[in-house]
Formats: sequence, C-alpha cells, structure tokens
Amino acid sequence: MPAPDIVMYEEEFNLIKQNISKLRVDANAKVVFLVDKNGQQIAAHGDIENLDTTSLASLTAGNVAATDGLARLIGEKEFSILFHEGEKDNIHISIVAQRVILVVIFDEKSSLGLVRLRVKKAAQELNDIFTKIMAKVEREKAAAGSTFESPFAEITDEDIDSLFAE
Amino acid sequence: MTFINYASREINCKIVYYGPGLCGKTTNLQYIYDKSNPGSKGKLISLATETDRTLFFDFLPLDLGTVRGFKTRFHLYTVPGQVFYDASRKLILKGVDGVIFVADSQVERMDANIEAIDNLVANLSSQGYDLLKIPYILQLNKRDLPNVVPVDEMRKQLARKNPMEPSFEACAAKGTGVFETLKGVAKLVLAELTKAS
Repeated sequence: MPAPDIVMYEEEFNLIKQNISKLRVDANAKVVFLVDKNGQQIAAHGDIENLDTTSLASLTAGNVAATDGLARLIGEKEFSILFHEGEKDNIHISIVAQRVILVVIFDEKSSLGLVRLRVKKAAQELNDIFTKIMAKVEREKAAAGSTFESPFAEITDEDIDSLFAE
Repeated sequence: MTFINYASREINCKIVYYGPGLCGKTTNLQYIYDKSNPGSKGKLISLATETDRTLFFDFLPLDLGTVRGFKTRFHLYTVPGQVFYDASRKLILKGVDGVIFVADSQVERMDANIEAIDNLVANLSSQGYDLLKIPYILQLNKRDLPNVVPVDEMRKQLARKNPMEPSFEACAAKGTGVFETLKGVAKLVLAELTKAS
C-alpha cells in the first residue's frame, strides 16, 4: 500500500524548523532543507532567496529514487547517503526516518566530515519528530473515526472552477 | 499522496502525464508553461536527451490559487514514454495523486497506446495503487492529424474504468484541450480531498 498522507501541523513544523536551522549553524552549511520522497518540499533554511527550492526538491527526490533503484538492482536496501562534490558547493543528501530526505548544501567553510557528523545527530531528532507526526495523524484519524470530516469537505465545484478562471 | 501543510496552509498535489513515446506529454507541459502567468509557475525542468526525448522526467510546479484558505500547488510530471525506460517510469509514479494518460490518436499508434496503458496499470499496482480508484483522465491527443482513429473507437479500446473515465480531445501542439485536461484531473484530485481520508 502507498504510504499514508503526511499532514504537517504547526507544532511539529516549528520543531522541524528549529532542528534544521540548528543543523545549518552546527554544520556551518549554506542551506539545509527537507523534502519528502515524492518531491514535496517540507521545510528549508538558509540562503534560499536565490535558490529554486521547488525544482531542487523534485530533482533531489528523483535523484534519491533513481539511486534507490540502483541499490535494489545490486541487492542493497538503499544507499542512505549521497554526496555530490562541486568546485565550490557540495550537496550532502541523506534519508531520515525512512521517508524524508535531508539535504545540506555547503561550501569550503565546512567539510564533509563535519556535515556527516552533524547530520547524524540531527537525523535522530528528526526521526523522533516524524514518528510523532505519523502517530498524531493516526491518532486523530482513529479518534475521529467514521465521523472524520476532511477540512476540505466544503470545496465546491465553483471553488475549483474559480482556480482556473483566467 | 497529497501533502497538506497546515503550518504554511498549502496543499501540494502530484499529477503525472503518462503515455507512449512521442504522444505529446512534454508538449502538454510546455504549453501549460508557455501560457501560465509568470507569477504562478515555477521553472520547467526537463531531463531530456540531446534529441529532446525525455530521459527521466519533466517537472513543472504550478500554483493555482487558494481554496478555502489553502494555497493549492500542483506538481506536474511527465514520464519517459519509450518502452525501455520502464524503471524510471515506475519511480515517477511514487506518491501520485492523479494521472493523465495522453493517447496518440494516429491509427498506427493504437498498439503503443494499449501497451502503455497496460504498463501504467502494472506500474501503478507495483506502487500500491489501483487505476480504478485514483483520479484518472484520458486525453486523446493529435486530433488535428489526418489519420486518426474515431473518438468512440479510441474510447472503447482505451477505457479501463466503469463508468468510463472522462476523456478530452486535444491537440497539444496548438494548445487545444490542454488546460481542459488539466482542469479535469485537478477537479478529480480536489474532489478526492473532500472525502474523508
């Protein structure tokens, strides 16, 4: 079965933001961001003004998906870390909590060793946060039971038509 | 897998254009990109070969506006249509919310259409989805060409749902039917959200 939907609530979102901003400082990185495996950006922190984070998110997810495919071909479960080295900037990609991708962009002010070390610590905390989120989603669904009402239950055809109005 | 972010009040949905090689998936995206308001679209990313055949995917993020206070953003993807890129096609279907099948209306491409639909069904099921249950639209593309199969005949051969899935006639190169198709699938995806999940 496909993985259940991610629903992001304010409280956990703030925890995630705190976590990645701390990671950025600790690892001396330029940008840190989180993407889910389907290419949706979850959070970003750092010098992102001149960065097309949406494209970055979808390409990262594509990259991870392709690498996962490669891993399975040779009998590995996954390659949990990807590293791309550039002339100035480097990208460190790792999988957190089996379902989200943590991306760190850094230059010569940091080093691969430092990034790896800090990512490892941050990943543990993120893992806990995402476990909490999934538990919360499950709990809310169970609590609401059959009376669960989607917040979008009131979307009408007119709402949708108006999205496409020129 | 729709991603709902209550913190930033955003809904992100993933739409995939599927179909046989050279049926016009990338052309659909290109037209949407050309005609969309610069403020609402992101960059069109195309991972293609030197001869413009899609190698991995094309990607276009599109903001449609707000529904009930939530910003709706659609991520449009195409798959590589050529048969031997099957492994890549499978990956792109991950987390899909809605599928548009772009069929090539030319008589000689009917076999390729059928093969591609069967491939779609198989690849969806390998990701845990059932074509019969997800938002799905059929686009009959290239209606402007002289040697096309009649619409009724195409629908009969390509329909997989009961009642039949909605279908749109199109000529993606000129833009006919492109937005109608997108709107069709967007409606189905958003309608899916209104149901209790």
